[in-house]
Amino acid sequence: MDHAAGMPVDPRVFEAMKPYSMESYGNPSSSHSFGASAKNALMESREEVARLIGAEKPEEVIFTSGGTESNNLAIKGVAYRNKDKGNHIVTSTIEHISVINICKHLQKQGFEITYIPVDKQGIVSPQKLKDAITDKTILISVMYANGEIGTIQPIKEIGEIARENQIYFHVDAVAAAGKVPINVEEENIDLLSISSNDMYGPKGMGALYIKKGTRIQPVIQGGGQERGLRSGTENTPGIVGMGKAAEIAQEEMETEGRRLSQLRDKLTKGVLDTIERSYLNGHPTKRLPNNANLRFSYIEGESLILGLDMLGIQVSSGSACTSKTLEPSHVLLAIGLAHEEAHGSLVFTMGKQNSEEDVNYVLEVLPGVVKRLRAMSPLTPKEMLR
Amino acid sequence: MYSEKVMDHFMNPRNVGEIPEADGVGTVGNPVCGDLMTVYIKVKDNRLEDVKFKTFGCGAAIATSSMTTELAKGKTIEEALRITRGDVADSLGGLPPIKMHCSNLAADALHSAIKDYLKKKEAKK
Repeated sequence: MDHAAGMPVDPRVFEAMKPYSMESYGNPSSSHSFGASAKNALMESREEVARLIGAEKPEEVIFTSGGTESNNLAIKGVAYRNKDKGNHIVTSTIEHISVINICKHLQKQGFEITYIPVDKQGIVSPQKLKDAITDKTILISVMYANGEIGTIQPIKEIGEIARENQIYFHVDAVAAAGKVPINVEEENIDLLSISSNDMYGPKGMGALYIKKGTRIQPVIQGGGQERGLRSGTENTPGIVGMGKAAEIAQEEMETEGRRLSQLRDKLTKGVLDTIERSYLNGHPTKRLPNNANLRFSYIEGESLILGLDMLGIQVSSGSACTSKTLEPSHVLLAIGLAHEEAHGSLVFTMGKQNSEEDVNYVLEVLPGVVKRLRAMSPLTPKEMLR
Repeated sequence: MYSEKVMDHFMNPRNVGEIPEADGVGTVGNPVCGDLMTVYIKVKDNRLEDVKFKTFGCGAAIATSSMTTELAKGKTIEEALRITRGDVADSLGGLPPIKMHCSNLAADALHSAIKDYLKKKEAKK
């Protein structure tokens, strides 16, 4: 139940990619027939991705190597190209680490960044964001949904604010694309990052939607592929795979979304009902269909992960002890949790491979794991152990 | 990530619990950092007759606590004071480098419990 960390490639996606890895190895930029076949495949994939996010024109989709590169191109590309207009960027405190580190990088180069705080459920306040805008603001970057706590942002409202103030609006939709309906036109989005692997497509593939007319410059210079915005020979098998993944995601979004949100709610309710001093992190309803982030007092997340792993359940945690930096998740701290609370959080991200049986199994064994660790913890109140 | 021995001590920790009338108690760590452990000792004829622990923390924190109590049990006060973090990690077949400092605190908790015992003993005289 750790789909946010990596998803398997859908067998239908793999099948679609196969011919482009072996037989149809043409370079889409070549003029001969081999190249033409690859070029057609690229066009179809671009159309599928455009359709998934409600883009009017397929040309507005630029293929990249993944969500991180899309975020780099969107934020740096707009910042550098528009610095004659201003140097101020508004973002939130719960963005993906790639967005945060891109902003830190720009800060060193003279850009000013305002990080809008979120409420306890992880929602960015449109009013606070509006108040942060100055006449130097050139970009607003807010994620569609947070992959860790699942909270979905009021994107349309933020988009309206951006539009009214004539500021570019970038949305990191890596965690949301393919799981919830997105419409860049209706939601006033100028730039939108998505990743292929987060919707059962191949790793190392992503896309950036760039609304026609957006002033942006490339961060990679080269032969001018992807309308000059992303040079380098196109990864044809990857692009075909991502196109297929987008097509499937769109077809199955409604049924799969309903199925996953039922599993999510069953898991959440089951845990909250049976384990005392357990809590849901994030918003109770405005959240990704596959995400349940649960917190347990008096115990630490890594030991929970290990205990569950021994029983065949794979999950992730907001604990510092599982991270490279030994810092607890910035997202959990941003929603106001104390360090020791952040340490005791578990993230369940479900996907196609999960069934109701899995949820039942978690509900059967998790209370025991929690109980065992609580019995060992000096923080657990004595009356709870009786 | 962890050795088999670490996983064994994590899954089946030895000497978990409190000693109601302990001769010495030592606590180290901080829940803010994700690790907190308390070691309880019972001393008879200058030997650690019983050693128990309670730990809030990651797998390594729990395993090192368990191993420390095992190494210390039956030792004289002087021997127990010579148990180092390195000894605990070695007895577990090693720890991931990142865990060496943050989660390997149990030897310190043991020493703190012994010092608590010695202080109380001194006060009684």
